[in-house]
Amino acid sequence: MKLAARDLACRRGGRLVFDRLSFSVARGQGLIVTGRNGAGKSSLLRVVAGLLTPEGGELTVDGGDPELSLGEQCHYIGHQDAQKPSLTVLENLTFWTRFLDGEPNRINDALTATGLEDLAALPAGYLSAGQRRRLSLARLIAIPRPVWLLDEPTTALDVSAQEMLARLMAQHLDGGGLILAAVHGAIGLKHAQELRL
Amino acid sequence: MTALSALMVRDLRLAVRVGGGALIGVLFFLIVVTLIPFAIGPDLNLLARIGPAILWLGALLASLLTLDRLLAADQEDGSLDLLLMGRAPLELAFATKAAAHWLATGLPLVVAAPLLGLLLNLDLPAIGAVMLTLLVGTPALTFIGLIGAALAAALRRGGLLLAVLVLPLTIPVLIFGVASTTAAVMGPVPFGTPFAILCALSLASLVIGPFAAALAIRHGLE
Repeated sequence: MKLAARDLACRRGGRLVFDRLSFSVARGQGLIVTGRNGAGKSSLLRVVAGLLTPEGGELTVDGGDPELSLGEQCHYIGHQDAQKPSLTVLENLTFWTRFLDGEPNRINDALTATGLEDLAALPAGYLSAGQRRRLSLARLIAIPRPVWLLDEPTTALDVSAQEMLARLMAQHLDGGGLILAAVHGAIGLKHAQELRL
Repeated sequence: MTALSALMVRDLRLAVRVGGGALIGVLFFLIVVTLIPFAIGPDLNLLARIGPAILWLGALLASLLTLDRLLAADQEDGSLDLLLMGRAPLELAFATKAAAHWLATGLPLVVAAPLLGLLLNLDLPAIGAVMLTLLVGTPALTFIGLIGAALAAALRRGGLLLAVLVLPLTIPVLIFGVASTTAAVMGPVPFGTPFAILCALSLASLVIGPFAAALAIRHGLE
């Protein structure tokens, strides 16, 4: 699978955030998106996810599942964690796994990998910021999707969780996945291209 | 189907957990309807005559009270983004959410109506008619409200905007809801005529609501 953007432009609130943006990411490759605050890193990821309509240009996908739209093949880990405080950790993850057509038999693995297995019965409202971020990352394991869109994924993560994320990303790329990550610092993604906005 | 049933279960769970608001609507309904006899006075004939209208108005306002969170909560915490990225069509996802919302907040109003009917000196046929019309009419209120909730979420404005948007659209439901109850109790129009129109309004809103709401959210993707 290969994802390519040509002359992509995005306008938000009347302001042209970026334009004439072109890049191409093939299977097993990562793309690190960098830039100052407000440069449009998050907007770019949301355009790829299908959550924002681009002002111009086009996104093309070669390969992948022809029945599915690009957004349906993407994981989007954004600043909001899409978790309900009154549901338990397990209920939150189980819901998204079932709604996003993931694999329910991988839920336990996902909780173990993110170090949340002991907190499965705790309402998500009691989690710390780093634990909430880990729960978001657990979706990446429980729901296999080829394209990962990670918006500053290391925010609030401790060192061990950052290493866990780096391992996850390396596995994903080895398995033929694609990663687009908007970052400020290093996130341990090897062999990645950089796109400076 | 797995996706939609998971969404249904989640929304019902959220509604009954702490802060979910399943009981808020029915408590508000109880309070509004209880206040009316205090304001009007103990004229039992008058209360019996306007009782069905009071119950309908109370149910309308109570269902409006909880609509605010129908989509706004999902938008604020990012769940709406993921709902858009699922393979289930957004229309069906919204229809499921509205159905769960009705089960959690609309159905309790129907169940509470007979008890409140007693407070308003309604006799048995009138109570039965109010229950039946509320059972058929409250889904219309929820699904019309879904459109308002989607517009408010797309514009990122909640609260009172929703009430202003939704209340005018519910006028036909209110008219035919109260008209069928009145027809059942007093005539002269047969009960079936306004009731059939109420059913039609409900069915139409079940179809139009999810499509209009999904259109509003997709249009607001900017």
